[in-house]
Amino acid sequence: MIPASFDYVRAGSVDEAIALLGEHGPEAKLLAGGHSLLPLMKLRLATPSVLVDIGRLAELSYVRHDDGHVAIGAATRHRDLETSEVLAEMVPVLAHVAGEVGDPQVRHRGTIGGSVVHGDPASDLPAALLALGGSLVVRGPLGERVVPASEFFLGFLETAVAPDEVLVEIRVPPTTAGFGFEKFNRRAQDWAIVGVVVANTSAGTGVALVNMATTPIRAGATEAALRAGSSLEEAALAADEGTTPPEDQNASREYRRHLARVLTRRALESAGR
Amino acid sequence: MLVTVNVNGREMSADVEPRTLLVYFLREDLGLTGTKVGCDTSSCGACTVLLEGESVKSCTALAVQVDGMAIRTIEGLADGDTLHRVQEAFRENHGLQCGYCTPGMVMATVSLLEELDEVTEQAVREGLEGNLCRCTGYHNIVKAVLAAAGVVS
Repeated sequence: MIPASFDYVRAGSVDEAIALLGEHGPEAKLLAGGHSLLPLMKLRLATPSVLVDIGRLAELSYVRHDDGHVAIGAATRHRDLETSEVLAEMVPVLAHVAGEVGDPQVRHRGTIGGSVVHGDPASDLPAALLALGGSLVVRGPLGERVVPASEFFLGFLETAVAPDEVLVEIRVPPTTAGFGFEKFNRRAQDWAIVGVVVANTSAGTGVALVNMATTPIRAGATEAALRAGSSLEEAALAADEGTTPPEDQNASREYRRHLARVLTRRALESAGR
Repeated sequence: MLVTVNVNGREMSADVEPRTLLVYFLREDLGLTGTKVGCDTSSCGACTVLLEGESVKSCTALAVQVDGMAIRTIEGLADGDTLHRVQEAFRENHGLQCGYCTPGMVMATVSLLEELDEVTEQAVREGLEGNLCRCTGYHNIVKAVLAAAGVVS
């Protein structure tokens, strides 16, 4: 499968990428690792006229401790998160989840920013950012703005990033408290049929679900039950409240709801709740 | 666009459309047909090559994206008539049946063995999760990888 024709430009900096997006309009798309965009283009679900390559920008590839949070450059590869000493020490849940994305080859190319702006409810990392209560730094022609992860995912494959903006950084709070990640699928490398991330932070226990709605979502009823002092088992039974799981060849809606409850219990147990 | 890459130690160039996938660039423009196209959807791993020493699926990269980079394919492993230790281990342990997944399996293995601190059967099975064998010959593939790493199974 070959994508439809397009023009290719390699940006020398983020600011140049923003200028190129402005110049080419909404038909231009950013390319980094290409592991979300190229599959869409092969299926002609996306037919951008111009690709602006930001995959080699060193200014977008880093993991560092900044003023109370851990900052990750948007073009940092999953492999670099998986092996990051900063993450291992300060946000081990994120290193762990990154190490479960796809397979080694995918992790050698795919980037956290690419995964996040793709906005696929079946992706693992967006759920991790929701559970952690992270935020996203977006830069456009008018400057930078910071969007909380809880306000970032607007619809199926739709995020708060405007066509002339670039996601530049992902911020997460440091936490070394227990965490849980459960991913249920048929083959190891597949997207999760359902997944659950549990992260304990200073703000409480965050619980987020993979593939249980048109966007990555928090399991709000479970979080509320935990805050109210419910047992782990009771809280897990509320995991599918307010969700709208898809139905496909892998699972019915009802089966996904069942998986969400069971996997949430297991993830809470791993997290030591 | 003119794309120049270092493939198996040799500079090679071709003028290609930006939409040319790396695997087709290698096979059709550079004539290196050892790398296979399997699923074409980054699932099966048959197209695995090393990019700057790390395994990647060449069906999910554009040739223009890797301009100037170093690529190693199955053709670049053996030293003359002497097989690479991973190739030799696959041969010795019958780590292939029809052979279609083999170039990808071998290249993924070369990358994996570079990365693993400790080579165990579990680590090999998990580390090769991105490569499918439709003959389902996994048992001997895992045996071959362990042998290549000098681990007795």
